[in-house]
Amino acid sequence: MKKRKMYFRMITASLLRRRSRMVIALLAISIGAMILSGLVTIYYDVPRQMGAQFRSYGANMILVSEGDTITQEQVDATREQVPGDKLVGIAAYRYETVRINDRPVMAAAADMEQVRNTSPFWLVEGEWPSREGEIMIGKNLAQTYNLKVGKRTTCTYAPESETEAEEGETEEIVLDNWVDFTVTGILDTGGKEEDYAYMLLSDMEKLTGLPTEYDVCELSISSNSVGLQTIADQISDNVDGISARLVKRVTESEDTVLSKLQSLVLLVTIVVLALTMICVATTMTAVVAERRKEIGLRKALGASNGSIIAEFMGEGVALGAFGGLVGALLGFLFAQAVSRNVFNSSITLMPWLIPVTIIASVLVTGIACLIPIRSATQVDPALVLKGE
Amino acid sequence: MSLLELKNVSKIYGSLHALDHVSLKVEKGEWLAIMGPSGSGKSTMMNIIGALDKATEGEILLDGVDIAKKNARALTDIRRDKIGLIFQQFHLVSYLTAVENVMLAQYYHSVPDEKEALEALDRVGLADRAHHYPSQLSGGEQQRVCVARALINYPEIILADEPTGNLDEANEEIVVELFRKLHMDGTTLVVVTHNPEVAEVAQRTIVLRNGRVDHEMINENFTGKIKHITLQ
Repeated sequence: MKKRKMYFRMITASLLRRRSRMVIALLAISIGAMILSGLVTIYYDVPRQMGAQFRSYGANMILVSEGDTITQEQVDATREQVPGDKLVGIAAYRYETVRINDRPVMAAAADMEQVRNTSPFWLVEGEWPSREGEIMIGKNLAQTYNLKVGKRTTCTYAPESETEAEEGETEEIVLDNWVDFTVTGILDTGGKEEDYAYMLLSDMEKLTGLPTEYDVCELSISSNSVGLQTIADQISDNVDGISARLVKRVTESEDTVLSKLQSLVLLVTIVVLALTMICVATTMTAVVAERRKEIGLRKALGASNGSIIAEFMGEGVALGAFGGLVGALLGFLFAQAVSRNVFNSSITLMPWLIPVTIIASVLVTGIACLIPIRSATQVDPALVLKGE
Repeated sequence: MSLLELKNVSKIYGSLHALDHVSLKVEKGEWLAIMGPSGSGKSTMMNIIGALDKATEGEILLDGVDIAKKNARALTDIRRDKIGLIFQQFHLVSYLTAVENVMLAQYYHSVPDEKEALEALDRVGLADRAHHYPSQLSGGEQQRVCVARALINYPEIILADEPTGNLDEANEEIVVELFRKLHMDGTTLVVVTHNPEVAEVAQRTIVLRNGRVDHEMINENFTGKIKHITLQ
């Protein structure tokens, strides 16, 4: 039998002999490794998960035109600059002052599907406008004009420049454009959006008789502030006449929340690893106390302190490696359960985390074994003759 | 030159002189018994001869080398290379088989050799019990495994501490017979015992009292065979 084979035989036999005690140590290591693996998975997955959640708080980037308006070509070019899997929505708005009951009202026209994507927090009583002739009215506006879902109203449009004849000129008679609308929804946001009326772009074109050009374009992108800045720079560089800017209020609060959450995960991981270390150290101390006579015998037979250290460390490493492997696999299930329950989405296994968890468990177990092993090396070999 | 020589060896614990200026010589191939009442210093002497403990003063020459001045690491090397130990309580590792227990001594000494370990077990009549665990062996069998382990590395000297203390009469005879064979093979034996019957079979017996050599007896009719005395 080779020396190495005898070494492994001694270690495995020793571990199996003290099954109940070792199961406790193994359980502690596995739970520690599970929490470590699970929380690290969440640590890396949280920005993605939370990023998606944060998108419900609205757009985090706006486009500013170097001219007066933003064209459809510029919007399309911007869309191409954002990776498809990160773009939650891109909503371009055209604002015009229209008249309802002969009183001026600010109307916004946009692709309502995209508005729903960029502003999922908007609360709509009734339906979003989806066909021509449908309008969504802000809550304040609805109260002012006593508009309700299902009611009909007429919007008129008369550009100021055309209503007032310049002095000395013959007064030009301008007929207002008008469109009949059915109110399909009342918008409740708690913000300035409640003072606006929302319609489809085609209705706005009909009302104004002007081709579509946008005043504002909002983007909702799933990324952290660094990623967003990169995309913004890319858009500014590659789309003519457009400058992309981050909505700092949103991106900074995202970063703050994520960083605090990640710190919390890190802290919990450290505490759990410390508890694991204490549990393993306690178990190994008990094992050393239990085996004092055997350690004395080994020393009496000529075992050096190095041999004693190698044997106990071998047991610790074996426990750490096995516990780490079990913990890594359980950790994935743990992270999956957390992700499904908290974020309603699943996570993917990070294969590199398995060896990392095993190595971390081996290190934690190794450190936990240091004090018990030190006491093992201090056992007096003479005690085997004392009949203790 | 004697294999083992103690010159004025003392071991002092506080005010207690466990060994008090003891001098002793053991020749190569000799079978020496050490007797004495409890507290006479037998175990202390065994610890010191066995390089398990250090003397407070004096010289301990083992094969001409003074081990009294050696550090812990050197004493470990001496135990491993020169001394075979047999214990009253056997001290076998419970989770290793008989042959693995023998190989344990080889493991620390050089390289485990199962064939050689099996031969050692065969010498003590346990070839068929080689793969049994200590809990599956009788006391006598466990002591024979202990003997096989002590002799596996061909030590200069075998030290036995009450080797028959936990054995019945039949197993006592078997173990003493093993010692006789080892002696015939030229092994040096130092046996600490309470049992006069075991001491009587040795070539020479020293009796300790209060940490000193009280007296010494030479066995004129040395046969190495035990004679049981029936008490009237």
